[in-house]
Formats: sequence, C-alpha cells, structure tokens
Amino acid sequence: MDYRYIHLVKDINDTMVELKDIGIAKGGKQILHDISFKIPDNEFIAITGPNGSGKSTLAKIIMGIDKPDTGSILLDGVDITGLSMVERAKKGIAFAFQTPVTFKGITVRRLMELASGKKLEKSEVCTFLSKVGLCANNYLTREVDSSLSGGELKRIEIASVLARKARVSIFDEPEAGIDLWSFKNLIEVFGELRSEVEGSIVVISHQERILNIADRVVLLENGTIDKVVKQGEKNSLFTDELRCCKC
Amino acid sequence: MENTDKEKSKLDEELLGTILSSKSLSGDTGLEEGAHSLRKNGCSIELRSTPNVRIERKTDHPGINVYVKDGAPLEFVHVPVIITKGGFDDVVYNDFHVGKNAHVIIVAGCGIHNDDDCNAQHDGIHRFFLDEGADAQYVENHYGEGTGTGERILNPETDVQLGKSATLRMEMVQIKGVDSTVRTTNAELGEKATLLVTEKIMTTGKQTAKTIFNVKLNGKDSKCQVTSRSYAIDDSKQTFVSNVEGNAKCFAHVECDAIIRDHGKVTSEPAITANDVDASMIHEAQIGKIAGEQLTKLMTLGLTEKQAEQEIINGFLA
Repeated sequence: MDYRYIHLVKDINDTMVELKDIGIAKGGKQILHDISFKIPDNEFIAITGPNGSGKSTLAKIIMGIDKPDTGSILLDGVDITGLSMVERAKKGIAFAFQTPVTFKGITVRRLMELASGKKLEKSEVCTFLSKVGLCANNYLTREVDSSLSGGELKRIEIASVLARKARVSIFDEPEAGIDLWSFKNLIEVFGELRSEVEGSIVVISHQERILNIADRVVLLENGTIDKVVKQGEKNSLFTDELRCCKC
Repeated sequence: MENTDKEKSKLDEELLGTILSSKSLSGDTGLEEGAHSLRKNGCSIELRSTPNVRIERKTDHPGINVYVKDGAPLEFVHVPVIITKGGFDDVVYNDFHVGKNAHVIIVAGCGIHNDDDCNAQHDGIHRFFLDEGADAQYVENHYGEGTGTGERILNPETDVQLGKSATLRMEMVQIKGVDSTVRTTNAELGEKATLLVTEKIMTTGKQTAKTIFNVKLNGKDSKCQVTSRSYAIDDSKQTFVSNVEGNAKCFAHVECDAIIRDHGKVTSEPAITANDVDASMIHEAQIGKIAGEQLTKLMTLGLTEKQAEQEIINGFLA
C-alpha cells in the first residue's frame, strides 16, 4: 500500500498519530511523564524545549527506537506501541537522526535507494538531493562517511527521509552541528518541505525560524508538555520562554 | 570430459570468471582483451603479447616477465592462475616492467577448486618495476571453493619499486574460501612516487589471514596510502601488520578497519617510523562489531536487522 495518498481520501483533520500517557525513565531518571498529544494528517509540528526536556526521547519513541515504560501510540487508531522500528518504518514512519550515521562503503546513491526501497535512476536521486541543496553529480558515488562535512551529512540524512515518502517524517534537531550558512539553507529546505511533503512533519528544534513555520509548537519542560501553541498564537511570552530555553 | 592440465574446462571458465570478471571490459573472463598469461595446475597454458605488452616465460623459474613499452596508452594485462586439484604446491614468479609514462591495468588472481583431501597451495611472487611517470593499477582477486577436506592456501608476495613520479594502485581482494593466507607486500618509493593500496579480506570458519606491508618512502614528496578492510566471522583470525618508514619529506596514511562477529579475531600491528623531520605519518585502526547506530539507521529505513547487517558488510567490502 502506498501510504502517501491515504490522506487524500481522509478528512484533513483526521489524526494520524496519537500519543497517550507516554512515560519513560532512563538511568533511574524519569525522562517523560504522561505525554499525550495528537499529530493530525498533513500538519507540521515542532517540538521544542530546554536541553534534557525529553524532546529527542519522545521522537525516538514515535519511531520505535526507544520503548516507553507506560502509555501507548496509535497510528490511524491502531495501537502500534508493540511494533518494532522496522514495522513502523514499513507503516510509513521515517526518522532523521540528530547525528547522521556514517557508513564506510555505502554510497549516497545506495543510501537513497535503501530509503526509497527500490533502485533509483540518477535523475530520481538528483531530485531528492537537489531538495536539500546538493548537486547529485558531486555526491552519487561518494561514501556516506567522515569525508563529508557535518552540513553535507545532515542534508543527506534529510534527503534520505524525503526518499522514504513517509506519512510521518520526524527530524531530530536538523539544525544541530551545522554552520550558519548551511542553517540558512536548511530553513529554506524546511519551508519547501512544508508545502511539498505529503504527510505529517515532526521537527525537534530550538530554532525560532523553524518554529515559526510550524502549524503547532509543543513546548516540553521537565518531561511534560508545558504548552501547545498554534500558528499565529505565538505571543511574546512564548517567545520569551523559548529564549530562556536557549540560555 | 577429464579436466586435464592443458585445456580449459567449464570449471576453469567459472574460476576465471570469478577472479577476473569484475575488471574485464568484455567477454566472460576478460581474457579476450589485451595481453594475458593463463596458468593452470602449475603449467603455463596460454600466453599472448600485444604490440605494447610483451610477455615471455622465465627460463630460470616458473613464471613470466611482462614488459610494457614506454609511453604505452592504457593497456590491459591478465595473469590468472587456477588450481583444480589438491596435493599441489605451485610457486610462480612474475615480474612486471612498466616503461616510462606507460599506463597499464594488470588483473591477477588465483582461483582454487579443491575437492581432494590434501592441500592445494599457490604462492605468487610478483615484482613490479615502474619507470618514471608510469601509472599502473594492479588488481588481485583470490577465491577458493571445493568440497574436499584439503586446505586452500595462498601466500602471495609482492615487491614494488616505484621510480620518480610513478603511481601504483593495488587492489587486493580475498572474499571467500581461502583457508590460510599470508600476504606480504614490500615497496620502495622514489621521488614524487605514489603507492595506493586497498585490501579487502573476509574470513570464515577457522580460516586465517595475515597481511604484512613493509613500505619505505625514500623519495622526496612520495606518498603512500594503505587501506585495509577486513571482516572476520565464526572462529576465523586476521592479522594486519604495517611497517611504514618515512625516509624523506613524505606523507603516509595507513588505515585498518575491521568488523568482527561471532568469535572472529583481528589484530592490528601498526608501526610508522619517521626518519625525516618532514615526514608526515598517520596510522588509524578501528576494530569492532557493526555499530548499533548503523543497524538502527538502516532499520528505520525498513530493513530487518539481518538485511541491515548484510548491507553494511556488502558496502564495507565492496
């Protein structure tokens, strides 16, 4: 089944992913407490908050990389809490890592093919790479290893998620570890994703400019949801809180 | 049909295809193009020269002398060896003389099919003499198969002399079926000479593999890059030894990456010696199982753990 088109026959406000009372502890510390919220079809949701507030853990729980101690996750009303990350990937959930993983011997082209689940023509790889500002001719045969810069790896990581054509695309701090110039381009990439990606986008971010293009911003604090703000409702108080978060 | 030493059988073609096809431009084995020497069970059974490449049999030892003319454009030379029976210990001496500014790709390798209960062994002693400005690529594939209990043993030795501004790229691959190997490479580099070595070795079962690189960077501005990638599984053992000497202003980078699984063992014994204050020498070694984060990344793309592991290994040894 091609999940990209499911939303076309569903109401725009249908909830795709629902988190219910999610809790998890690591190393004796409670990271998340009773987190509940919904990710509707086609929404761009930003999750923000101070370091250590549990943002990345929450993203990994949606992907199935981390398992919650309590609570449940529903996809289209079906409980997927017990599903592995592989099963969730096959159901249309994709994840871009905060620190891209490197592979000696696996080329950029091969990674894109693995992400899309099929052999790709050069022009198809080019389409994905050009969306993140990379010229395919320079990268097709390059290995996804440390010979690439942090910014290049980050873009390739994002492109690998685009190649998934997933229903829910999760990006864990895409701005982390990249330089100012790459970041400027990254904002443009997410601006375009906002209009092009068919499905929901969840971005973990500290960056106000990314938060500004989100439909909703979820603010996490000490493992709980402090508040959820919709587009156009981001008031000065919220902005002040974010600034405080970045201190 | 009985597989005699003087004729090529279907089995021979298959062995040749395995060790040569990756670098051939046409045909099943690559022998259809360029100069070649085919050796089977200790006998030289085919020899062909071209206008720019002369191949002649040695008179004092088993083996051949290969001469590539000065200024030769891109030439191909294939020198495969196949062994199709046990109880055999073949030693061959091949010398390659690459003329000034000549450009050549040499594809060598040994395929052993041993259905017998006694060992089959091949020791190829290869020497390279590259004149000024020569550019050579040497590709060596080793492969073993067969149902007998006799071991398949390969002990290649390579000696390299690089003249001024000469470049030699060596690609050595041993992926399957060789029970025991000791591979030794000795090289001396002149002024502005470059040696690039890539070796990829996979061992399984109780196989052992040892590679030794002795490189002397004698010329000013000479360069050497040695990249070793190995994969040891089951109870197999691998050892990587490098002794690189910088005797002038030079650059050397030795890199050993190994993935181990089950009870596989890998030892890296690096030695880099700077005998000149302007010598720049780097050694990197990394040994371990497949990183969990690599598996996780590929599993988030929908690959099972087994598929992810295979993909990582395929890329690593590609």
